[in-house]
Amino acid sequence: MSAELHAYVLLVLVGFLPNEVWRMLGLVFAHGIDESSELFAWARAVATAVLAGVIAKILVFPPGALANVSLLVRLVAIACGLGAFLLLRRSVFAAVAVGEVVLTLGVLVRDWLCG
Amino acid sequence: MTPRPIAPAAMLWNMDRRSMSSAPPKHSAAAMFLAGFRAAWFSIMAYVLIGTYVGIAVLAHDFGFGLWWVVASTVLVWAGPGQVILISALGAGATPVETALAVGVSSARLLPMVVSLLPLIRSKETTHRDLVLPAHLTAISMWVEALRLLPAVPRESRLSFSNGLGIGFMMAAHLGTFIGFFLTASLTPLLTAGLLFLTPLSFLVSTVRNCRVLADWLALAFGLVLGPLLAARHVGLDLLWTGIVGGSLAYGIQRLRDAFKREAFK
Repeated sequence: MSAELHAYVLLVLVGFLPNEVWRMLGLVFAHGIDESSELFAWARAVATAVLAGVIAKILVFPPGALANVSLLVRLVAIACGLGAFLLLRRSVFAAVAVGEVVLTLGVLVRDWLCG
Repeated sequence: MTPRPIAPAAMLWNMDRRSMSSAPPKHSAAAMFLAGFRAAWFSIMAYVLIGTYVGIAVLAHDFGFGLWWVVASTVLVWAGPGQVILISALGAGATPVETALAVGVSSARLLPMVVSLLPLIRSKETTHRDLVLPAHLTAISMWVEALRLLPAVPRESRLSFSNGLGIGFMMAAHLGTFIGFFLTASLTPLLTAGLLFLTPLSFLVSTVRNCRVLADWLALAFGLVLGPLLAARHVGLDLLWTGIVGGSLAYGIQRLRDAFKREAFK
């Protein structure tokens, strides 16, 4: 098997299949659940909690280059983003812009202070 | 194949932009697919996805993966965190079994997401097969925005709208991948950190925007605390437990409060 074909076969076997199985299980479980059911409300709460867990994990144990930004700067930046969302007419664009600017300034100021 | 009556020009124009639904061509289905596609580009998530996939493309390039392999992985896997794990694990020489396990564990969140999205999309006419595409397109970005936008979309149009939304987001991811392969080495560490920060920032703000009832707020708060706590204690399947424990607590408290309220009004 050529190296290139091998890479695509690997993609299907170890990337696509273990990932897609959850979606297809979801498709099976969702069958017969309607929007007003208690099971639906519970699934939504579980999905929201997992998503919150994913967000907090990235913030506390960040991947790659984000790990070089101190935890304090990361937390202050996300708090400013959230504050901007609540203060500035609930605009997600404004919140993301403010959060990113604070992160960048935070890194620059910290580098400048610590020499 | 039975010949169809000749459609008016406007309908033909819409047909070649239609989703791969097997339903007979309806003007509204194509229009709603386009409406969903447009909504994707009016959402912050499209730009977050571009940024995120620039990062993923740079990572993949560093590990020696080709552009088309990354594009195929986006079409097939369509889960940013899962793709990062897949690329880093394969690139670092992990065995296929180890890689498959790591990807599978990271993607467990897709199950409750699909279960809490499909009942919103389904109408009386939707078949089980119609729901395979929206289930495949379900990812954090699509889930968050579909929950927000679908209540305003007429139920019979939700399937087409969701497919348009998901495909729109996937196009944004591909655009980011192309940009990433084009830029590769010219990204500074600070810029890369900013791109990686887009994910938690935009997801958190969008989730806050979607919070309606007490259970939503509680699930968010419990998840934020439990996620890093369980991960720091090296609990296996930490995100799965975060979801089950945090989500069930939030749901339970909401039910208790509702029951208490009903009791008080008796």
